[in-house]
Amino acid sequence: MQDSYKLEMHDITKSFGGVKALSGVSLRVRKGEIHALLGENGAGKSTLMKILSGAYKRDGGEILIDGKTAKIDSPKESKDNGIAVIYQELMLAPDLTVAENIFIDNLASGSAFINWKKLKDETRALLDSLGFNDISPNAVCGELSVAYQQVVEICKNLSRNADVLVLDEPTSVLTFKETEHLFEILNRLKEQGISIIYISHRLEEIFRICDTITVIKDGAYVDTVRVGDIDKEHLVHLMVGRKMTDLYPKRRAKIGEVVLKAEDICAGPSVQKVSFEVHAGEILGFSGLVGAGRTETMRAIFGADKMESGKVTYLGEEVHFKNSRDAVRRKLGMLSEDRKSEGLLLNQSIRINTTLASLYKVTDTTHNIIFHKKEKEFVKNILGTLKTKYASAEHDVSSLSGGNQQKVALSKWIAADCKCIIFDEPTRGVDVGAKMEIYNIMNECAMKGVAVIMISSEMPELIGMCDRVIIMSKGRVVGELQRSELTEDNMIKSAMEV
Amino acid sequence: MTKQFNLKRFLLNYNVFLIFGILFIVCSFASKNFLLPVNLLNIGLQQCYPIFVAIGMLFPIIIGTIDLSVGSIMGFTASVVCMSISQGNANLPMAVGITLLTGLLWGMVNGVIVAYCNMPGFVVTLATLTIIKGIALVLTKGSTVRVEGDILLNLSKRAFGYPVIIITIIVIILFILMQRYTTFGRIILAVGSNRNAVELSGIRSKRYIVAAYIISGVMSAFAGLWLCCRTSTASAVLGKGSELNAVAACVLGGASLSGGRGSVLKVVTGALCIAMIGNIMNLLGVGAYTQEIIQGVLIIFAVLLYGI
Repeated sequence: MQDSYKLEMHDITKSFGGVKALSGVSLRVRKGEIHALLGENGAGKSTLMKILSGAYKRDGGEILIDGKTAKIDSPKESKDNGIAVIYQELMLAPDLTVAENIFIDNLASGSAFINWKKLKDETRALLDSLGFNDISPNAVCGELSVAYQQVVEICKNLSRNADVLVLDEPTSVLTFKETEHLFEILNRLKEQGISIIYISHRLEEIFRICDTITVIKDGAYVDTVRVGDIDKEHLVHLMVGRKMTDLYPKRRAKIGEVVLKAEDICAGPSVQKVSFEVHAGEILGFSGLVGAGRTETMRAIFGADKMESGKVTYLGEEVHFKNSRDAVRRKLGMLSEDRKSEGLLLNQSIRINTTLASLYKVTDTTHNIIFHKKEKEFVKNILGTLKTKYASAEHDVSSLSGGNQQKVALSKWIAADCKCIIFDEPTRGVDVGAKMEIYNIMNECAMKGVAVIMISSEMPELIGMCDRVIIMSKGRVVGELQRSELTEDNMIKSAMEV
Repeated sequence: MTKQFNLKRFLLNYNVFLIFGILFIVCSFASKNFLLPVNLLNIGLQQCYPIFVAIGMLFPIIIGTIDLSVGSIMGFTASVVCMSISQGNANLPMAVGITLLTGLLWGMVNGVIVAYCNMPGFVVTLATLTIIKGIALVLTKGSTVRVEGDILLNLSKRAFGYPVIIITIIVIILFILMQRYTTFGRIILAVGSNRNAVELSGIRSKRYIVAAYIISGVMSAFAGLWLCCRTSTASAVLGKGSELNAVAACVLGGASLSGGRGSVLKVVTGALCIAMIGNIMNLLGVGAYTQEIIQGVLIIFAVLLYGI
């Protein structure tokens, strides 16, 4: 590989008010390589990318494209230099077709009327060049899967001659299969000479598809390494200054009585005769692909969705939770996989979020009067035990980082003294440091005798955390692995059995 | 940086009080008559009913919907009360009872349809707006109902032995306390921010939606009662347009139309701001039609301040 760089960012600095967000960060990306940008949340990755996309103005440093100084002070100048940033939240109009979305800023190519045939042909050609013969230019974007929507977004940027693509956590919303598909596309783009900056918290992915890794920490440049020259442990060490071995902390919890026992749960096509039991002090994992029916099973037990048939025994009694209120009253908690739409009240204060499921503890129950002082103390204690970082409990939850938001979402169930907590993808979208803290919290829960159910699509964390793992596929339980049998191979084998 | 940030936060939070203060000062300079006790008392008296409606409206808005039927509920209640006094010889306690009942009834109808049939509040209450008004028109045969004697006029001066302004202030204080110190106030806010999350936290949000509409219904029913008391007459269209003033007061008071944000005290201040604008234009002899234009423009500017 020659030493010419497609994109170079030298000594970029940026401050907000008095706070230094970036101090001398450099990033050099070769032509036709996939370059991972790695760092904890708040390390400055997004700030750096926003400077690249022209959304922020840098205070110092320079940007070179093809070895020449480029002036990038606005989103337009960034685009003109061939840079395209694809965010997690896609910028597509869901009601328009694929062709319309791809050529949204140039539908009529300069003339007064749209030449639909030409538009569709060009879209077709573009999609074919990436190998997506199965996406129709006429399909409505909102009806496509998220992975295909990403393809459309990528095409949109390619049509504008972008040759530096920034992908911000593209796989966090994708299923296993879709992720594979995306990797194929990225490799194809790479062959076409397009440079890709890839941001992800999933180290496995980075090792699979990236060529080079640049690590930044606390707004400063740490190192740039070739993927072949480093192992996971060292990489985590670079990122957080901690050893990988600490990532899954050990616990010594006594496994006790059965807390929750589900027998032959049926709820719609995605939950068919699911049975399992979980003990006090145990962490029971649920593995399987997205759509295997794991979340749906839990929602049915929790009373959030209708359970068609089946028997649930909770704390020794047969129960049927008709709605979530019944479940919460009996001290069953569920940390939803979708923090933003089902877990938190984003525009309310941290305090309100924490006590949402346990208001009765800080109220005079006969008159439903809230004791504010008591509530504040209570919230402070709970958040303290979870090591949540926050300035004031009166600030909105949305002002917190992803990991701390997750802790607030969790604090709701800790505050409600739940005897069994279902963690649905608890570490999605949080950085390595916060992941560890969440694992610690789960361990502490288990140690206190709480039965913990953990749904996760990341096999390493299930292996690291669980006493037992149940594997689901197409709405059925297809396997169960004990701690000693937990390997990625075994899990994949079980999942494929059906 | 922190100082700057706080100043901005402060302005955003207390925007409406600032507007109120500025308006008050401007008004006192604009007309000598503005500060006369008679004028201020007049504003207070006239504003009792819009404040009731605005407080009522705030609750559906906080919970993330809206109640457009408040004006019709006012007209309906006023008509029924006046008819029951003039034709049925009802006495005062009965009139108050009827008011409470009609408010409850219509609030419940709105709330149940919105919450349990999962329909948007805007559409539901737009429909009930004409339904309630229609029923009231049928009952009154479209004419004005007059109550002879001073039974209602007495009520307008002193209800339960207290001046109406005092009662209004007590009601405002009760609502402020409710919003701040009860689980009900808290949960209404929570439902408005994220109904899914609240449901999954074990709270049955539908009941709170119904409750929010009941508050709105009862508050507008009492606004209707008070309004017909002042003149001893009522008609089905008595509260026409009140919903717009109420929404304007809520928005001016910083309530978010997407739910989850709104405070009683600020909305009351918002309503008073609108009242002052109207009052000063009257004092300055601005024509009624021109007033409407200016009022609308001022509301847009006031709300624009929140975006800064």
